[in-house]
Amino acid sequence: MAQDLAHDSAHDTHGDHDHAPTGIKRWLFSTNHKDIGTMYLVFSLIMFFIGGTMAMVIRAELFKPGLQLIDPERFNQMTTMHALVMIFGAVMPSFVGLANWMVPLQIGAPDMALPRMNNLSFWILPFAFTILLGSFFMPGGAPAAGWTMYPPLVLQSGDSMPMLVFAVHLMGASSIMGAINIVVTIMNMRAPGMNLLKMPLFCWSWLITAYLLIAVMPVLAGAVTMLLTDHFFGTSFFNPAGGGDPLMFEHVFWFFGHPEVYIMILPAFGIISEILPTFSRKPLFGATSMIYAIASIAFLSFIVWGHHMFVDGMPMAAQLFFMMSTMLIAVPTGVKVFNWTATMWRGSLSFEPPMLFAIAFLFLFSIGGFSGLMLALTPVDFQYNNTYFVVAHFHYVLVPGAIFGVMGAVYYWLPKWTGHMYNMTLAKTHFWLSAIFVNVLFFPQHFLGLAGMPRRIPDYAVQFTDWNMVSSIGGFAFGASQILFVILIIQCVRGGQKASAAVWDGALPTGLEWTLPSPPPFHSFTVAPEIK
Amino acid sequence: MSASASDNRAHRPRGLFLDRIGKAAAALGATAASATAGANTSNGYNLPVGVTQLSRDIYDLHMEAFWICVGIAIVVFGAMIYSLVKFRASQGAVADTTMLHSTKVEIAWTIVPVVILVVMAIPAAELILRMEDMRNSDLSIRVTGYQWKWQYQYMDAGAGIDFFSTLKQDSNFARELHSGIDPNSVPNYLLNVDHPLVVPSGTKVRIILTSGDVIHAWYVPDFGLKRSAVPGFINELWFKVDPGKEGIYRGQCAALCGRDHGYMPVVVDVRTPDDFKKWVDDQKAQLKQAAVPTSDAPRSAQALN
Repeated sequence: MAQDLAHDSAHDTHGDHDHAPTGIKRWLFSTNHKDIGTMYLVFSLIMFFIGGTMAMVIRAELFKPGLQLIDPERFNQMTTMHALVMIFGAVMPSFVGLANWMVPLQIGAPDMALPRMNNLSFWILPFAFTILLGSFFMPGGAPAAGWTMYPPLVLQSGDSMPMLVFAVHLMGASSIMGAINIVVTIMNMRAPGMNLLKMPLFCWSWLITAYLLIAVMPVLAGAVTMLLTDHFFGTSFFNPAGGGDPLMFEHVFWFFGHPEVYIMILPAFGIISEILPTFSRKPLFGATSMIYAIASIAFLSFIVWGHHMFVDGMPMAAQLFFMMSTMLIAVPTGVKVFNWTATMWRGSLSFEPPMLFAIAFLFLFSIGGFSGLMLALTPVDFQYNNTYFVVAHFHYVLVPGAIFGVMGAVYYWLPKWTGHMYNMTLAKTHFWLSAIFVNVLFFPQHFLGLAGMPRRIPDYAVQFTDWNMVSSIGGFAFGASQILFVILIIQCVRGGQKASAAVWDGALPTGLEWTLPSPPPFHSFTVAPEIK
Repeated sequence: MSASASDNRAHRPRGLFLDRIGKAAAALGATAASATAGANTSNGYNLPVGVTQLSRDIYDLHMEAFWICVGIAIVVFGAMIYSLVKFRASQGAVADTTMLHSTKVEIAWTIVPVVILVVMAIPAAELILRMEDMRNSDLSIRVTGYQWKWQYQYMDAGAGIDFFSTLKQDSNFARELHSGIDPNSVPNYLLNVDHPLVVPSGTKVRIILTSGDVIHAWYVPDFGLKRSAVPGFINELWFKVDPGKEGIYRGQCAALCGRDHGYMPVVVDVRTPDDFKKWVDDQKAQLKQAAVPTSDAPRSAQALN
């Protein structure tokens, strides 16, 4: 079956090679997995900077006590939109972009299985974010009720609310299409001989992530649709005065929201599992148990949502259940960290930029994991909940976790994509600045949270001044460092030393992507490779 | 009442102390008690130990979890750092490519974490049971969150006492955009209210929590307490402040509740049972005087149900 499809696709698209559209049409009507992957990645980079700008405004306002820059309502818009843009605009599309580029290359396919849907799933995104960001210009401004959109507060929004809801619908549709495409591609288009257990870990992590997306994005769509009808059509899903239940929204939202957390980290797990063996010159330790660990985490992610709601009032039995199920996640996550460590153990390590990001990921993601374990303990969560401790926790797993994973992937595969090596000194400078200042930015936030500073406040009591200043300085420096990343990418696209097919010749790159020239041909594998 | 000795415990007195001496008289304002310094027991970078049995148990559990994490970090990060130093290609390290997996080791590092988790979960579960035990409370107070203030309605011995608690005026002026007022010059900036909740020490106080509009959260770090105030729902929580730990304890709303979410502090004035009784009698006397000419229609319109 896989062989037939691969063969057919190769045959059908054979003629296109010399007549590919050029100019704007190449991008607008693209059905090519690499061009669409590039568009996803560029889009997510733009969103990373838009969301980052909002973060800079937040950190500037919190630099010292008192309001200096923006009104509290505008501040709430900043925190809300920063989260929405970073989650749905930066992290998720960057992973889909990487999947578009790498899944066909890693499984030996000519392209994605559903190329036209691929085009649609990308081109929905600019419209979704135009609507979302356009809400800044509506009366009352952008959504300000937090990215979690809890009613009844979100129902007080002005004209931004329907824009928020429709933008979320569009992002959800885009994600579901992207996920279906990845599942269909992986299930049907693997090269002959590549059984599932021989498949690279990046594809495995994305296969599982795709199922999570298909399972939970419709749940989010349902939740926001109920918000819409509550607001405009007089329903009372979440309105207690009409017999509704505001906590039901939280249950539905976090049933989406917790798997969403793993949607944003599992592909990074896959990336780290690709990078570490290459630069340790040693195969991944316990590859099979790594796959089982990802699958266990994915399963557990569906039964832990209640830990976001301990303070909202929950029966004792539910508190105990969600505490214990949440703690269980530490077991497969621990297996992953131990296996990565064992991969480096007795290896032969070199420290190219992708490896540096992978190592930083190991340390800093683990710190996020530790605070996650502490947050799982219900009684202590009553203290941590909704303070900066939580902010520190999820930024540790999302910035030096997910974002460092994406950056590691870019540094790993960029020469493959462009055919050029990049400026190693610039890359290492970018790494060290990012790795140092991400800690200056987020580590003090643990202290702030423990000392009792709530999150999502525009101004604070004076005893929180010192750590906020440190955090803001780290934030500005981290933000500025990211400009180096853009300069490096532009330089690398424009030219540079030619990259070989294997790119990392001195190391041990394994996988089909390294058998193709850099950059790979327009239709990746026109003849399916044979896996032994 | 002036700045008390507990001032030293406020974790960052810089700029505050001198100002407080100067402003103490001005701050005497409406409620004498609210001019005292916060008795926050946090050292500025860790959880407060607090002044209730529950808050101390939470602190202990927090520290236990913290040290377990530190222990795991030493082992795991140690192994990582050892690899980074010892197995460098530049030092001529040769990779052992036969090291693919080891069932024994993998089973071990699945079982050991499970054991550690059980060790952590047992005291946590035991603590949950005690936190949820609402029986035998001596004083119940209904707390209702509104945008952006708290309403305190006493039951039992304080039945009839009913007031709102909002951000104190000096903070409210200073917090405006471009106010030109230095927050360091305002005593207990953003953590001070006009009418704090007054409770007796050594007494099991039950809070019955709800909201009149959106979701808020009632949060006093030193009591180890935080729960959401959800419209249409009643949440219960309890605390019992140790005798001898009377003072002012401060917290804030901890659930995003709109524009002024950052400006609805929770301030609890803990008094000895005798002083509390005096306060209750005093309040009731005032109520009696006030009850004759005025109607409480606006208040009852805002109350629930």
